[in-house]
Amino acid sequence: MELCDLSALELTQLLRQKKTSAVEILQAAVQRIGSVDGRSGALDAGALSEEDKQKVHAFITLTDDRALEHAQKIDQQLARGEDPGPLAGVPFSVKDIFCVSGTPSTAASRILANFKSPYTATAVARMEAAGALMVGKVNLDEFTHGSSNESSAFQPSPRNPWDTSRVPGGSSGGSAASVAAGEVPLSLGTDTAGSIRQPAAFCGVVGVKPTYGRVSRYGLIAFASSLDCPGPVARTVSDAAAMLQVISGADEHDATSAPTPAPDYLSTIENGVKGMRIGLSPDYFKITYPDPKTGELLIQPLPVEIEKSVREAAEKLAALGAEIVEDVPMPNTRFGIPAYFVISRVETASNLHRFDGVKYGLRTAAPTADLTRMYRQSRNEGFGLQPKLRILMGMYVSAAQYSEEYYKRALRVRTLIRQDFEAVYDPNGKYRLDALLTPTTPTTAFAMEAIYGNSVLMQYADQLTVAANHAGVPGISLPGGLDESGLPIGIQLLGTDFCEDKLFRIGRAYEHATENEVWRQIKPQVLR
Amino acid sequence: MSESITVDVFNHLVGLAALELAPDQADYLRTQLNHQLKVIDELKAIPLDENVPINLHGVPYEKSSSALPREDIHKPFPDPRSILAQSPQVDDGYIIVPDIPHTTLK
Repeated sequence: MELCDLSALELTQLLRQKKTSAVEILQAAVQRIGSVDGRSGALDAGALSEEDKQKVHAFITLTDDRALEHAQKIDQQLARGEDPGPLAGVPFSVKDIFCVSGTPSTAASRILANFKSPYTATAVARMEAAGALMVGKVNLDEFTHGSSNESSAFQPSPRNPWDTSRVPGGSSGGSAASVAAGEVPLSLGTDTAGSIRQPAAFCGVVGVKPTYGRVSRYGLIAFASSLDCPGPVARTVSDAAAMLQVISGADEHDATSAPTPAPDYLSTIENGVKGMRIGLSPDYFKITYPDPKTGELLIQPLPVEIEKSVREAAEKLAALGAEIVEDVPMPNTRFGIPAYFVISRVETASNLHRFDGVKYGLRTAAPTADLTRMYRQSRNEGFGLQPKLRILMGMYVSAAQYSEEYYKRALRVRTLIRQDFEAVYDPNGKYRLDALLTPTTPTTAFAMEAIYGNSVLMQYADQLTVAANHAGVPGISLPGGLDESGLPIGIQLLGTDFCEDKLFRIGRAYEHATENEVWRQIKPQVLR
Repeated sequence: MSESITVDVFNHLVGLAALELAPDQADYLRTQLNHQLKVIDELKAIPLDENVPINLHGVPYEKSSSALPREDIHKPFPDPRSILAQSPQVDDGYIIVPDIPHTTLK
């Protein structure tokens, strides 16, 4: 096994035992990137070659020099007997929606292609302060607007390491792909409707959406400020817990970051699930999707293989001592996408108005008679179709004459979604759950170009994840098997506010219980 | 499918969004907006009690989970030139923009 296939915690152990060095670990990661990633995402990248179609293309920018300098410092610290931090020597990638001082911070958009941030996002700064090595910035859907990564202005867009004809999911597709392909053991992503959990499910890795407020959003280029959550992508539950430990906590730069202290996740992660109450909801075992011809919303059962994975996980957890509670009602889950179509669009229309060609980013090269024309031309040239679509919808549903009918109504529906969770987690209520166990996604990874362009169908890829964003509660997606095409299936745990520790315990117990299963031994296509 | 977002409404939105669109982009975007609106209209059918409040951020902001407002103290950015350097056009520390159109307020 190569160094880059080890977990983050295994690497830190080897480093502290002086069986390897931070520089050697970094070299292994850089070598893996060189062998599987192919050319990095770029503007106006031209046609794809056959070789391009076999590669992962997770990265937009590589920061090997920065990482090497950091790795050398860590090795020097270790040589002096100093503690270089809990994630010392662990390579990680950063979704290119985070500002990092001195690096291009593009949001995968033409409008920010030339932007070099003058400051660093808190979550990234905390990772580096903990000794982790940032090896590069990874691709995403433009401004995180998508569920497949295909909307990136930087092409080739990432591909799924399990089958490079499939999407990695999105919007943190570069994060999930880079972790699945063994390029890095950890990645920093963001989750607004499922943007960490859905690609984690598609790529067979662990993805965590923390409680809203658990991780600072300072330095995150905003999509929908009331929904955006930075979080970890990892190959193991313990690695995800170790990373969340590092990036969580109050931040004076983000008034919405919570001072609620994060418990020591790793100290309880092996405590098992005995006595925990885990719910299954019929509302998560059916899927809604729009008929491509009529737009009519259709409801059908979940694909059999996905439902089977969730039910088998429940049986395993029950065998470990958890109490499985069936028929938990979550009746407002189905309104998650309609409400999201309104709330996220209003917030993004507001957030994206700052991109105007004045202070930073692209300004049109065309001659413009006045400032208004300059704004319009710059934004037209700089934004791709997906941001434009979201801005226009945000303008419409927040207009004075429609606000009551759409925006305010969506915010009240959000209350109903939140109340669903409060009712089933209520310690004095009928269900008294510690967590809900659900599928993460309605399908496994779909083919490149199969859905892109149909903005409604694409949004419904998030139908099983978005409710947690509305409610603010934490969620984790875990690898739960492979379908008959050999594509990963994700299972999801949803918890109560600031109780990520319980999700890690359940996730770790499931991981341990399945560690010898055949599907756990199968590697992604790009590593075979 | 009926179209709530007509060409006129759409063109108004484009102006509000400070965009200029090529005809093919406009066609695609208006079609998608109307498709999305059909999904959004599902919200209208949800029975909502008058007392259901709006929810702006999921997790309630309670004292224990909310940051105290920070002190209102000026903290200069260590390198303001690095901020100005990001502007497409700067002269002597000033950001340069095209003429600002003047309108007479009635």
